Amino acid sequence: MPKNSASEPRQNQRPALALLSDEDLRLCLRKMYLIRKFEEAAEASYVRGLIHGTMHLSIGQEASGVGAVTPLRPTDYILSTHRGHGHCIAKGADPKLMFAEFFGKDTGYCRGRGGSMHIADVAGGNLGANGIVGGGLPIAVGVGLSSKMRRSGDVCVVFFGDGAANEGAFHEALNLASIWRLPIVFVCENNQYGMSMPVARAMAVPNVADRAAAYGMPGVIVDGNDLLAVFEAAHEATERARRGEGPTLLECKTYRLRGHSKSDRNLYRTKEEIEEWRRRDPIVRFREELTSLGCLTPDASNAIEAEAAREIDAAVEFARNSPQPDPAQLEQNVYA
Amino acid sequence: MPDAQTAEREITYAEAVREALSQAMEADERVFLLGEDIGVYGGAFGVTGDLYHRFGPERVIDTPISELGIAGTAVGAAITGMRPVLEFQFSDFIMLAMEQIVNQAAKIRFMFGGKATVPMVVRMPGGSGTGAAAQHSQSLEAWFAHVPGLKVVQPATPYDAKGLLLAAIDDPNPVLFFEHKLLYKTKGIVPAAPYRVPLGSAVVRRLGSAAPVVATSIMVTRTLAAADALAGEGIDVEVIDLRSLRPIDKPTLIESVQKTGRLLVVYEGVQTLGIGAEISAIIAESEAFDFLDAPIRRLGGRDTPLPYNPILEKAAVPQTDDITAILRALVAGG
Ligand SMILES: Cc1ncc(C[n+]2csc(CCOP(=O)(O)OP(=O)(O)O)c2C)c(N)n1
Ligand SMILES: [Mg+2]
Repeated sequence: MPKNSASEPRQNQRPALALLSDEDLRLCLRKMYLIRKFEEAAEASYVRGLIHGTMHLSIGQEASGVGAVTPLRPTDYILSTHRGHGHCIAKGADPKLMFAEFFGKDTGYCRGRGGSMHIADVAGGNLGANGIVGGGLPIAVGVGLSSKMRRSGDVCVVFFGDGAANEGAFHEALNLASIWRLPIVFVCENNQYGMSMPVARAMAVPNVADRAAAYGMPGVIVDGNDLLAVFEAAHEATERARRGEGPTLLECKTYRLRGHSKSDRNLYRTKEEIEEWRRRDPIVRFREELTSLGCLTPDASNAIEAEAAREIDAAVEFARNSPQPDPAQLEQNVYA
Repeated sequence: MPDAQTAEREITYAEAVREALSQAMEADERVFLLGEDIGVYGGAFGVTGDLYHRFGPERVIDTPISELGIAGTAVGAAITGMRPVLEFQFSDFIMLAMEQIVNQAAKIRFMFGGKATVPMVVRMPGGSGTGAAAQHSQSLEAWFAHVPGLKVVQPATPYDAKGLLLAAIDDPNPVLFFEHKLLYKTKGIVPAAPYRVPLGSAVVRRLGSAAPVVATSIMVTRTLAAADALAGEGIDVEVIDLRSLRPIDKPTLIESVQKTGRLLVVYEGVQTLGIGAEISAIIAESEAFDFLDAPIRRLGGRDTPLPYNPILEKAAVPQTDDITAILRALVAGG
């Protein structure tokens, strides 16, 4: 943890701080709390029987989502995964409309047709979570190609897991993006497992980023629980993409503290391992770092947390009170 | 000299496809082509021809052999404002891209509550008859017609190849465009100016009073030949070219069956659980059922992978003589 010294400019301690104002930093913390509270409320709603289906929580991975999206402009795109609530909130989605989608309501982002695994905020540049592992990777190539053809200058960040890196789609997408020098940042959230399968048993190389060499692009590894480290690497990759220099593979080493989905009984990992990662909680770390840097008082952090909780409570209320979709409209929007 | 725009020339089916691509690209800069060897090589069947030289490498994009990757590329480009037209060298290869076509392209609009569109076209040749054997000869269109969110068309003539392709490129939905290898060199009259053949409309190719035959793709050609042979025997069959599998033109089918009281469905895809079953059910569930004077008949591909040997290959899918024989029996019976 860097020491705070009044005499030294703070960017000497963390270069990312040269690019982020206090306001930006507070917003990052706020988004991380929103994600955490969103998912805790989602879990609680499930336990109370208010939500059906399944869900994949990203609790413990908030820094990689927020850190990777923070360098983006509003018109830039993201493509997300089954574990995508964090990406969605990071890109600026309204938790009310997300919760309504979660509840399957007509007011939700997808009018209740998508649910947790397909939340998209197309107007906000989130081209959707995905129920298919690796499904977003080839789509990102098209988004990058379209951005390049339209000369829009927009960058596409595509999230995927360590497990997705073993799909053929990963290899095809990275190769295509690289030969065409597309403005894409491939963000691997390596949370150590694809369901129960540990990375070491699933891959012949130690890091997902090692594979970047095969596709002629930079492969960067960061501590995915350190928001500023993720931001810094993502910022560089985004700038590189915008300059037309092509894609980057950014691997964020992180950990999901909850089970894979609702059915997980954690048979493949130890309590000790989970406890060890809990001590590296990205929200606690970021908050303490901001305090020690003098950017934020503990009171201000508490206020941000409390406000996030209130916003999520209101989102749940909104969702609960929203109307169900009309079955008479079932076949709407199959075709344009 | 005739006016170039109104001129009706005889051109081939492949040329008609190329002309549609070219006119779509001229009219709309969002339209671009993606595919393996579609550039300098001109396409595995020569369909894209000189388009690479006319529109350049940025709009006629040669891709690596990555069917899944390029299908996803089309999806991503389509949802962000472009109009990609993808070519697979053989329709059999679409199976490597099933994920993107069926799980993504077909569902994105619905899953996102109507907030995105996926205007993309996938062109690919299907069908047997070239000795290409089991992995390069299939007729898979019915698989895709089973998927809500996709549209599926099968042009049988050069005229329709151009008109349906222009309509497919205009359409805001993912359209699978099944060409037929054996039709590429067939000629027909095609107006030079752009025109559209609406998706979802069948056409009566031959008016008749006896059993109508609903046929698709090259089976239309074979059925018309069978109809000509039967005309000499005083049997006057009606021939309907289905053109679109999804959406399917029910009124045209129902009307024709009501008129003639019989029905034969001819298609190259495997007969079992295929287009014939669907059309039979459409008729059985409709007001045309009461008009039937004989059981509905299907004539589709046999229950086997496509063989290499030319005698076996011919035996595996309906030929003109098979159609003639079954029609003769259908008209005589019931
Ligand atoms: C193509 C495909 N195969 C399998 C699954 C089932 N599944 C859903 S998530 C998952 C694990 C994915 O692991 P990873 O990519 O590391 O993401 P994480 O869940 O760890 O965030 C699996 C096997 C799926 N949804 N899609
Ligand atoms: Mg994982």
